[in-house]
Parts: sequence; C-alpha cells; structure tokens
Amino acid sequence: MSNWLEVTQLEEIPVLGSRVVETDTAKIAIFRGKDDTIYAIKDACPHKDGPLSQGIMHGDSVTCPLHNWKISLKSGEALGADEGCTNVYDSKVEDGKVYLKLS
Amino acid sequence: MSQNSRQNLVLVGNGMAGMRTIEELLKLEPEKYNITVFGDEPYGNYNRIMLSPVLANEKTLEEVMLNDDSWYKDNNIRFEKGKKVTEIHRTKKQVTAEDGTVVPYDKLLIATGSTSFMLPLPGADKYGVIGFRDVKDVDTMIEAAEHYKKAVVIGGGLLGLEAANGLMKQGMDVTVVHLMDSLMERQLDKPAADMLQKSLEEKGMKFLMDHQTEEILGDERVTGLKFTDGTTVDADLLVMAVGIKPNFELAEAAKIHCERGIVVSDTMQTFDPNIYSVGECVQHRGITYGLVAPLFEQAKVAANHLAELGYARYEGTMTSTMLKVTGIDLFSAGDFHGDDDTDELLFHDVASGTYKKLVIRDNVIIGACLYGDTIDGTWYFQMMKDETNISDFRSTILFGQAHLGDAGHGDETRVAAMADDAEICGCNGVSKGDIVSAITEKKLFTLDDVRAHTKASASCGSCTGLVESILAHTLGGDYSQAPSKKPMCGCTDLTHDEVRDGIRKHGLKNHEEVRRTLSWNTEDGCAVCRQATNYYLLCEYPEYNDPESRFINERAHGNIQKDGSYSVVPRMFGGMCTPADLHAIANVAEKFNVPEMKVTGGQRIDMFGIQKEDLPAMWKDLSEAGFVSGHAYGKAMRTCKTCVGDTWCRMGTQDSTGLGVKLEELTWGSWMPHKYKLAVSGCPRNCAEATIKDFGVVCVESGYELHVGGNGGIKVRVTDFLTKVDTEEEVLEFAGAFAQFYREDAHYLERTAPWIERVGLDKIKAAILDDAENRKILHERFLVSQKPAQIDPWKKHADGADEHQFKNIKIKAVAKV
Repeated sequence: MSNWLEVTQLEEIPVLGSRVVETDTAKIAIFRGKDDTIYAIKDACPHKDGPLSQGIMHGDSVTCPLHNWKISLKSGEALGADEGCTNVYDSKVEDGKVYLKLS
Repeated sequence: MSQNSRQNLVLVGNGMAGMRTIEELLKLEPEKYNITVFGDEPYGNYNRIMLSPVLANEKTLEEVMLNDDSWYKDNNIRFEKGKKVTEIHRTKKQVTAEDGTVVPYDKLLIATGSTSFMLPLPGADKYGVIGFRDVKDVDTMIEAAEHYKKAVVIGGGLLGLEAANGLMKQGMDVTVVHLMDSLMERQLDKPAADMLQKSLEEKGMKFLMDHQTEEILGDERVTGLKFTDGTTVDADLLVMAVGIKPNFELAEAAKIHCERGIVVSDTMQTFDPNIYSVGECVQHRGITYGLVAPLFEQAKVAANHLAELGYARYEGTMTSTMLKVTGIDLFSAGDFHGDDDTDELLFHDVASGTYKKLVIRDNVIIGACLYGDTIDGTWYFQMMKDETNISDFRSTILFGQAHLGDAGHGDETRVAAMADDAEICGCNGVSKGDIVSAITEKKLFTLDDVRAHTKASASCGSCTGLVESILAHTLGGDYSQAPSKKPMCGCTDLTHDEVRDGIRKHGLKNHEEVRRTLSWNTEDGCAVCRQATNYYLLCEYPEYNDPESRFINERAHGNIQKDGSYSVVPRMFGGMCTPADLHAIANVAEKFNVPEMKVTGGQRIDMFGIQKEDLPAMWKDLSEAGFVSGHAYGKAMRTCKTCVGDTWCRMGTQDSTGLGVKLEELTWGSWMPHKYKLAVSGCPRNCAEATIKDFGVVCVESGYELHVGGNGGIKVRVTDFLTKVDTEEEVLEFAGAFAQFYREDAHYLERTAPWIERVGLDKIKAAILDDAENRKILHERFLVSQKPAQIDPWKKHADGADEHQFKNIKIKAVAKV
C-alpha cells in the first residue's frame, strides 16, 4: 500500500537541521542534509530516549544531545562502539514538498 | 567500485604496524584496493607487546590475537599465512614468496618489523640459544622450563628483564647478565636502576653486572657461558635480549634506500614512490622505533596516503617507557640525565621505595624518571609534550597533580594497587575492572578506544589521567599513551591551535571554508569540531552565527534536561532583585505551570520542566518584565556573584554589589570557550567566594584585588592573584581585557583554570598587566564583540526569530513504533 503523507515544505527544514513531526503515536525527527536529502527517524535515541531532533547532524548521522551517541539516520543504528537501534521511516521530496511513509 | 577496477595493495609483514595501517585504510577507503597480506608466522596478527604476559602465564595466545583468520575473510583480504616473501621485483611491480606465489601490486607496504639482535659469539648456534621476539621464542622458553632448571638472559634492558621475569614465573632459576653496571641504562638513571635491581633481587632474580660474555659453552646444547674475566655460569637456556634490529634485507635486496632501517619520508614513503613502509623496520628522520605508539601514528599517516587523501604527516614521536613486571612501577621519558643547562628536581625516599626525578630546561620538563610511584608519569609526560611552563608550581610539582588540588581523585595514588571494583569514572560508573577487561577483551590501545567502549572519562574528563594510567599498566611495557599532538577530533589531524591559526591566517569566514581549506576528511565535520570551529569563527567575527553547529542548549537558549524539557534562568544582575522582579517571575511560573523552581548557586532563580514549544511565550513575558537571558545554558558568561558590601555589611569595605552589577552589565551575553563566572567580595572574608571564580574581585580598604583562573567545579582550583587596583574603572578595564584574552587564546572547552596552567600566568601578566596599551586594545575588542552579543536572544526569539525550531508539525496519523 502506498500511503505517502505530505508533512511540510522542504524549505521549512534548515539545512543540517531538523523539525519534529508529532503523530498520534510517536514523535518523528525529519532532518535535511546538505544535498537536500531528507531523513526521518523516531525522535528517541536507543540509549536513553534522548530527542535526536535536537542533536547536531553531520553527513547521514546525528549526535544525540544527551550522551553523544552517534546514530545513523539511514538505518537508525548506533555507530561506533555503542549498540542499539531506533526506527527510521521512508521519506521523499517532490516539488519542494516532504512526504513520509509512516507504516 | 567493482573488484576488477580496484588497485592491488600488497602488505609484506603481518604484524601490528602493517595491520594497523590496513585497518586505518579500510576505515578511510574500504573499496579502493584488493588487499593481499603476507606473513611468515603461522598465525594471524597478534599483540607482540603482550608476549611478556604470555610468557609469565598471565595471558594465553588467544587472548592476545588481534586479527584472527575470520577477520581477513570478513574483510575480503587474501591472507598468505606462513609465507615468507623472498623478492620484490620493482619494475614488474610484483612480489614473490618462498613457495613461488607471485602477486602483482600497484602499491606495496613493507612492514617487516625487526628481529632480536643476536650477539655473534662463538657457540651462538647451539640449541637452547634464542632471542625474545615472537610466539616461537615464547614456546621454546615454556618448553625449556619444563625440562631444564637454569636460564640466563643476556641484556638488562626492558626486554631482557621482562623475559627474565617470565622465565622465573615459569619456575626457572634465572640470572641476568648485563654489560653495564646499571640496569635499563637507556631508561633509568643509577639511583632508580639500583632500586629496580634490589626489588628484582627480592623476587629471586640474580644479576651478573659488568659482565661481558666471551663464549657460549656446551656441545649441541648450551651448558653455560664464559666471561672475559675468565669466570663462568651454568645455563640450560640462553635468551639474548640485547636489542632489536630492523628487518630490511628484503627491501635492501630490491635496492630500496636503507641505512639502519628502510628510509622513509614524513609521508611514510620509501625512495620508490609506490612503496610505503611502517613499523620497526623503518628509519624516519634518522630514528628507528621499537615501541608501539609511534607505529600506530605511522600507520595512520601511511593509510592517509594510501587512501590518496594526501595530507597527513608523520613528524616523529616522543616516547615513554613502563616495565611490564607485576609489582614494579617505573616510568621514564625523554632526557632524564640532563646536562649543564638543565636543572634537576629530585625526590628520593629509600624507605618507601619512591624515587622521582624531573629534568627541567627553562622551566619546561624535558625528561622524567620515576620509580615506585608512577601515577603522575602521564601528567609529567603530557606537560613535556605540551612544553608547559611549570614555573608557577615548580616547588610542588614533585608531589604530583593531586597536590595541585584534584578534589575528585586526589587521594587515589596507585592505580596498580586499586581494587577491581574501585570506581574510576564517577560520571558513568565505570570501575577499574570494567576498564581492564575492556582493554584486554576488546584489544584497545588508546584513550579514545577506551572512551568509546567503556565511556570512562568520556563525560567530565576529570579521571582521564587515571584511565590513561590504567591503560598504561594494563598494556604495560612499551605502551606510550597519547599521540604527541592531539587532533581536534577524528575529522582532522589539526590541533585546536592549528585550526585557529588557519582561520586567522587564511581569513576563513565560515564552516565550509574551514573544512575545505584545512582539508577536513569529513564533509560536514562532526559534533565535536563543528562546535569548536563555530566558537573560533564567532570569536573572530562577532556577528557570526551558525545555529546548526551549536549545541542544542545554545540553539534553544535553555538547558536541555534528561527528559527533553528545558530550564529557564532569567538574569539577575549581581544577584540583586526587586519585589516587582520576583512578582514577574512568580507570575510566569504560575502561568506556564512550572513544576519545580530553585535558587541557584549563581544567585538567581531556575525554572525547570519547560516544554520547548512554550519557551518563546515565556521569554516574551519575562522580556516585558525587563529580564534578559541568563545564559545558564551556554559556553558563555554566566553570573557575577556578590556579597552584601558596605551598603549594609559592617565588615564591608567597598560597594561590592554595585561593582558586581557593573561587571555583569559589562560582560553578560559574551560567548566564551567555556562557562565563565565572576564574583565580587566586599572584604577579605570573601563571602562571594571570589577566589574560585574565573575572574574574582576581593575588595579591601585601599582598593580592589583582582584574581583569575579559579574553579569550583570538577577540579577545585584557587585563583592566581593578578594585581591590585585603586578604582572601579580599572577593575572593569581588567575584566574586559582578561575576558577577551581568554576568548582569543584558550581552546574551546578549556576553562580559565586549565588554560592558565597550560600557558602559564606569566603569559597573562605580559598581555594585560605589564602592557597597559595592549590591555586597552583587548578591552576595546571585547566591547566590539559585546555589541551583537548583548542583543538579548530571548527577546529576539520571543519576537519570532528562528520560529520553526519551537513549533512541531502536528499530523493525524499513526506511525509504527
């Protein structure tokens, strides 16, 4: 089933920054890379639920603001020596609009 | 890249240096090469520095393996195990092994290491005469211990003593023969060597000092030694540990330029540009190394060039030594003998078995030799590498770092004696046992490795010295801790100072220019270098701001709490307030249902548990009541604490509250390398605790004493007295000038206390006390940078700046969790 949901405009997300999408069940952080790639990830670090949306983004990963875990925005997995994984969601940009697939 | 279009890389020598290069290369460019590794030993890569513990029955061979067979398979590396390369054909660009295997290369890496230097004595070819270099030697020794009794080790250096200790642990009767009258003469001076010899003798080791061997006795197997003075000693096993010699026959036969080793440039390239070399077989700037730390630095540089990044340089390594003999603590580094131009600081307590000697030239440590109590070895070594000026604490330096006031860990002196369950890292609850088992099980070598795997010293960093000591004691022997220069982070090889100089020299205006011009190896940097670079840029250009490179606290102008909520602390200048101020804060707290409030140590009020979306509205109310941000969240000027002063206090000598308000009005909003606190006390009773602040004023009847570099945090440090002035105007000028000098000179995340310890108080005095003109210029520059900094960020955001970050996008949908 293809259920893409329009959530915002690309320009509403700062480059190398994020916005938070609140759904009925979870908060989702959407990040915008330097090349305008969009990543959508559950806004909770696998370590202690830190809000990843508030972290510093670099390349295709983000550093959690609470304890500096590095999380891959592509896979949701913790990088380096840490172990853990959080949900990621499909996303796409068309005509400057950002779409997510949430289920 | 497909397998076919890759270049061929061949590594000759499956040891620590070569394999470390491959591992570093795989991190940078995993798909650039088809890699073939030749190793003449029938094992994967093992940790050679751990052979002494294997011999001493403290470790098994499996425990010291670094890369087993499956590692090579997992990384698609062709592993020619147990095959010795016999020829390098440079025009055909191929290598040939003993068994005829031929492998072509585009790039060749030679890491053939070294072999034990065998004395060319008559009888050196007898059975039972060996070196101490590889697993085979260790096997021979363990086997000999089962059948024979008497062992002799020639060589009273590091390796010889470790071999002798291991053989003793195997139950043999061991005699060490040494040419000199002093053990480890390259690492220890005579008094320390004598103490070492005495403790080893107490363990049962025997010594024949000042003895030169003439001949090895026996028929097929060794039975004894004859010395030049005609005496003899019995031996069933003879270990030669007189040194190592770089193994470069293969390279030399291929006509690659060699002297005492394979000669390489700062890029680890040999005279043949397609051939690199690392490890104990190389000679770099005239020096050959036999310790592990230099090899790892070389490996990093070689990998950088093999990956064709092309900017790393190896500039040599300063090394230090520890002995891997259980129960013996010794540390040595640099020039510990000294000469006519050097001074010696000496502490010698025979009864407690402690000896400490530092060699000083122009107030900089150039050598250290410690015996018995080595906990401060890493500290001295770091100061040696940093060329720290020690004049400020020269009189107490021998008592160690703890004596300087390390409140957190001051009473922990001997790492070796600590119990396994002793807590090392109080922030993350990591015990000594956790660290030791991570080092041995996960095969860690560096402080960064230990931080990544255990989190020890990864938060506040106050236990870094302890963690380094544990690392050194666990790895023992030739481990040498930190690289001689500390890069800012993994994205660059440049230090903080080099990045800052680069920004100034090239006039770099933003993050992209910095990363491009200074050859970062990552596109966007990382959380560490982005924040540091951001600070350096805004210090140069006060208007500069890149919110996405700031920590969230400074982006959201509040302190993120563990549940993701924020705290709000309005500024109260000098801790002064009016009933109206308190009403306004109370109203805001009630309106936004603030769950908890607290009076802070900085004399103001903290409101906790605020949701991010509520921040702008709350700031708007506070702003309308006349409050500005307290910057309680930033690497910035925080507070100016005051005591009551002469308005009310019968002891007060000056208007300390009034001066405190003026100082805070001058400095509020200023971005700093780290948090920055001030205080003004109205008399020497010092109720405002001004002598543990970054900039403290103590009022006296005749004027104002200025104190700098205090710290009440992780490591309590009392301020240094800077000067005494007569007027408030002078206090303010010094305050601005000192702040600006700190802003322009200190590293990001370095508070004034460690900064002053690093650069020396003299440098600060020269800049702002002795040079009145410079003081005025610094103060002026501070005022310029304060203009944009004192536009209140709360008001700006309450008025709608950067609005998106505070507003979540709400949608009706169910997301999988």
